[in-house]
Amino acid sequence: MEYHGYTGSAASVLRELGLEPGDIIRVRRPDGLDVEGMLLPRYGDSGEPVIVLKLRNGYNVGVRLTGGEVIERVGSVKRGEPGAPVPLVEEVEVGGSRVFILGCGGTVASRIDYETGAVKPYLSPEELSLSVPEMFRYASVEAEQLFAILSEDMKPWMWSVIVEKVSKVLERGYDGVVVAHGTDTMSYTAAALSFAFHKGLPVPIAMTGSQRSSDRPSSDSAFNLTAAVLTASRAPFAEVVVVMHGESGDSYALAHRGVRVRKMHTSRRDAFQSVNSRPLARIWPYDGRIEVIDGNFRRRGSQELFAENGFDERVAFIKHYPGPIAEVIDMLVDRGFHGIVIEGTGFGHVSSDAVEPIRRAVESGVPVVIASQTLFGRVNLNVYSTGRRMLEAGAIPVEDMLPEVAYVKLSWVLARTRDMGEVRRLMQSNLAGEISLRHDINLYPRWSYG
Amino acid sequence: MASVGSVDYKSIGLKVGLEVHQQLDTEHKLFCSCKAELSEGPHVTFVRRLRPTRSEVGDVDPAALFEWRRGRYYEYQAPLANSCLVEADEEPPHGLNREALTIAIAVAKALGSHVFDEIHVMRKVVIDGSNTSGFQRTALIAVGGSIEVNGKVVPIETICLEEDAARKVGEEGVKVVYRLDRLGIPLIEVATAPVIESPEEAREVALAIGRLLRLTGRVKRGIGTIRQDLNVSIRGGAKTEIKGVQRLDLIAKVVAFEVLRQLNLLKIRDELGRRGLSRDAVKLNPVDVSHVFSGTASRVIRRVLELGGVVLAVKLEGMKGVLGFEVMPGRRFGGEVADYARFWAGVGGLIHSDELPAYGITLEEVRRVYEALEADPGRDAFVIVADERERAFKAVKAVVERIQLAFEGVPEETRVALDDGTTRYMRPRPGAARMYPETDIPPVKISNDVIEEAEKIKPEPLNVKLEKLVSRYGLSRELAVEVLTDVRLDLVEKLIERYEGKLQPTVIASLFVVTLRGLRGKGVDVESIEDSRLEELIDLIAGGLIAKEAAETVLEEIAKNPGEPVARIVERLGLQRITVEQAEAIVEEIVKANIEEVKRRGAKAHSYIMGKAMEKLRGRMDGKIVADIVRRKIEKLQRQQ
Repeated sequence: MEYHGYTGSAASVLRELGLEPGDIIRVRRPDGLDVEGMLLPRYGDSGEPVIVLKLRNGYNVGVRLTGGEVIERVGSVKRGEPGAPVPLVEEVEVGGSRVFILGCGGTVASRIDYETGAVKPYLSPEELSLSVPEMFRYASVEAEQLFAILSEDMKPWMWSVIVEKVSKVLERGYDGVVVAHGTDTMSYTAAALSFAFHKGLPVPIAMTGSQRSSDRPSSDSAFNLTAAVLTASRAPFAEVVVVMHGESGDSYALAHRGVRVRKMHTSRRDAFQSVNSRPLARIWPYDGRIEVIDGNFRRRGSQELFAENGFDERVAFIKHYPGPIAEVIDMLVDRGFHGIVIEGTGFGHVSSDAVEPIRRAVESGVPVVIASQTLFGRVNLNVYSTGRRMLEAGAIPVEDMLPEVAYVKLSWVLARTRDMGEVRRLMQSNLAGEISLRHDINLYPRWSYG
Repeated sequence: MASVGSVDYKSIGLKVGLEVHQQLDTEHKLFCSCKAELSEGPHVTFVRRLRPTRSEVGDVDPAALFEWRRGRYYEYQAPLANSCLVEADEEPPHGLNREALTIAIAVAKALGSHVFDEIHVMRKVVIDGSNTSGFQRTALIAVGGSIEVNGKVVPIETICLEEDAARKVGEEGVKVVYRLDRLGIPLIEVATAPVIESPEEAREVALAIGRLLRLTGRVKRGIGTIRQDLNVSIRGGAKTEIKGVQRLDLIAKVVAFEVLRQLNLLKIRDELGRRGLSRDAVKLNPVDVSHVFSGTASRVIRRVLELGGVVLAVKLEGMKGVLGFEVMPGRRFGGEVADYARFWAGVGGLIHSDELPAYGITLEEVRRVYEALEADPGRDAFVIVADERERAFKAVKAVVERIQLAFEGVPEETRVALDDGTTRYMRPRPGAARMYPETDIPPVKISNDVIEEAEKIKPEPLNVKLEKLVSRYGLSRELAVEVLTDVRLDLVEKLIERYEGKLQPTVIASLFVVTLRGLRGKGVDVESIEDSRLEELIDLIAGGLIAKEAAETVLEEIAKNPGEPVARIVERLGLQRITVEQAEAIVEEIVKANIEEVKRRGAKAHSYIMGKAMEKLRGRMDGKIVADIVRRKIEKLQRQQ
């Protein structure tokens, strides 16, 4: 029977003595160990008879119960609510613009529980103003927590909720919106917002997150949030962008186009990179400077707000691999999926035996969209015979579109139409900057070996 | 003023606690696979800021907050060879280094401490930039145990395993530059209970702990690899935390000076009381006295005024003489006050009336400052600060706050040790350590495997080691005791074992505790001689390629040319051992050249010729053999007569 996370004999000993987390206890073991500390709840107990104490010096330690020890309760700690936070600046100067921050989970705005180490979200304007006061130099900020989920738990229906919320906020006339989001799936949500608002976005939507949780002194969240608020309030473009560290240091952030960005590293601050495209701008949050890199964008205020919301939840996104891919495609069709995006090899190929399953899918009304697992470069199904057979079978190649973006786009397109011809036309049209027909020779990162 | 010699430490209630931090000699760092070594190789740089985080009760370390508000930022040099994404805070830490854990447990076992059954790595918030993450990762390994020093049992409170901080390499304005090679090197921290009662005892306890750590043979040596922090308090004083004493021989001095400082601060408190002054009478009421200095000969003040700055003065009623009161050798109370102004306002310093006229400030200017402050030159003191207005005001505020503290005696402070044994204010003493779990590393269960491994490297008790040196290796007791205190003890043992039967243990031991120490006494930098060089030297001696008498000369040369192979040094100096035939020829020549003297001196000729011969043969041949040759040659000559 579990007891505050303890199992086995530790649980029974604690229960028997009526000890609760927060109690100060003294443990004297027959081998002479004599320690006093606050009993902590247990996380991920392995069933070992070990109890965890927080000693007066702040350290946590695990003490094995060997039998024969004397455990006594010598006091308890009443855990009060946190007191009033101390502002990080003496005075907050508030800039003239108005920005709305929408919290969608992740660690960008979260606080640690000092005992357990668990991270909890916070997003009240008061808390933000106290902990990230720099952002107010650029705008007055209102904030709302929409979801408090882990990034990996994001689903297409939540994109719809976010689109709807952003629409409502924009109707009230803000200078920009910041969407705080977990980094793992941020680029998917960025693509979803990009397609939903591609016909009408008057101001920027700046998505941001953090690679180091905001409870740490070295967190990138305040830097990224400030850069995002700066972008939302002052950027010359009205685009959906991802604003994250531009390099390892705290110097500038990059505003990546929402349909061109990808998380390319598990942990670095500058994990987000533009692929097959250049970022729109460099953002210097400490100097309030925005330096445009790619001037080809929709200008702020050039469009009225217009949202096309809704995403199809039955789209499969698979990767070709040297294995029974043909069977996987057949299975998806049999299970009634509405569309399939395949990350093909190289130019976009699947194995020859998967061509007929593609034909069957298309004939059953299931569009099969082809992007490339190389990420960089353009799909081309005309070069080799397998590719030509794929085309003839009805596959839809989508130029230099990122595979994840193709997935989000197909989900968005299928919520508008199931007509194969229309799906093909929309998938192959550039709606939000997701396709470009020209790559100059420098549009590719080359790794440095010193 | 109290002086060092006149203090009866028992009667003033001196209590010292010691924290010894020692780098472990592991292959890898504590939380990543980088080599645990410093590197001067190529690096990349990046800048970061660290933000004070709120504690669970919402408060922020005031010093940290202050630094942040000043716009403090950090430039990191990340050497490509010895740092990775972990040190750059761009990747979560890897698991706790098992080798380091084993060494720490071995030390704990040797001290009779209780090792915990599960180790939880914690984050201790440190935002001076020395940790890229903003916290130091640290784990409590064991509690309890003791070490015996001169018959007194000194209890051990805690044994921790932690990561060393980045190495500070520069500072310009609000930017501090750190190098990441040192960040993450494993450190063991052994903390004693505050039971040490004299400066000398503090040194002895530190020595004993350091020796025990070295007995594992698994710790680093050399400057910067061991650092001592001291907690010093006297009755009626306050607990002062002194950071970063790197040299053992400085510990006693640092403690003695700190006692002196506290005693003198208490005297200042009493003196203020005697003068009938009160804390409330010290007011933050600065007066702009820039006009007094419009034509000043003081270059510092003139430059400030030219740049649009101001000179602010604050009156300290009834305090004439107080700021000039010496609290430590070469350090006046005014210096203590100036440290606060430097820290809290970032000013270069301040000037107080007890040191004037000086710095180009004339008596007339002093008189006019008194006048502007409506102060009495016979009774009052003042402080002036020249800087930009806002900073000068903050400095004056810090001054007033420090002087108000003087009414209580000794403020709680963290101080940093300087090379001359004095200390300087570093920051206010932090509250209870801000610690929370390192959620990226699951708790480490201490398995029997680790305990068994630790038992293998657990240092032997000193007396056991001593007996081994005497009975097994045949060292004299006197030499053995010296070997035990040597920083290279582990190397000495290793070499004695390696050359068993080939080179006498006494020769090896003497090289370290006699020859090397003698050279150090002559000012030769023997600390930085690498172990591998010493091994080369011993190898040449054992192989009969040079005489042990040549060691001193060679070592001196090794210290000067750390990169040169020892064999080449020997060749360059012409110290290769020569053959007996060659030596005989040389001695014979000497005897012939001095034939008259030999005849005249008769039986006493031996020492005369020996002296001449050793001039040519010292270091190239064992003295005993030379003596033998000389004897034979003289006898031969005498027989011929």
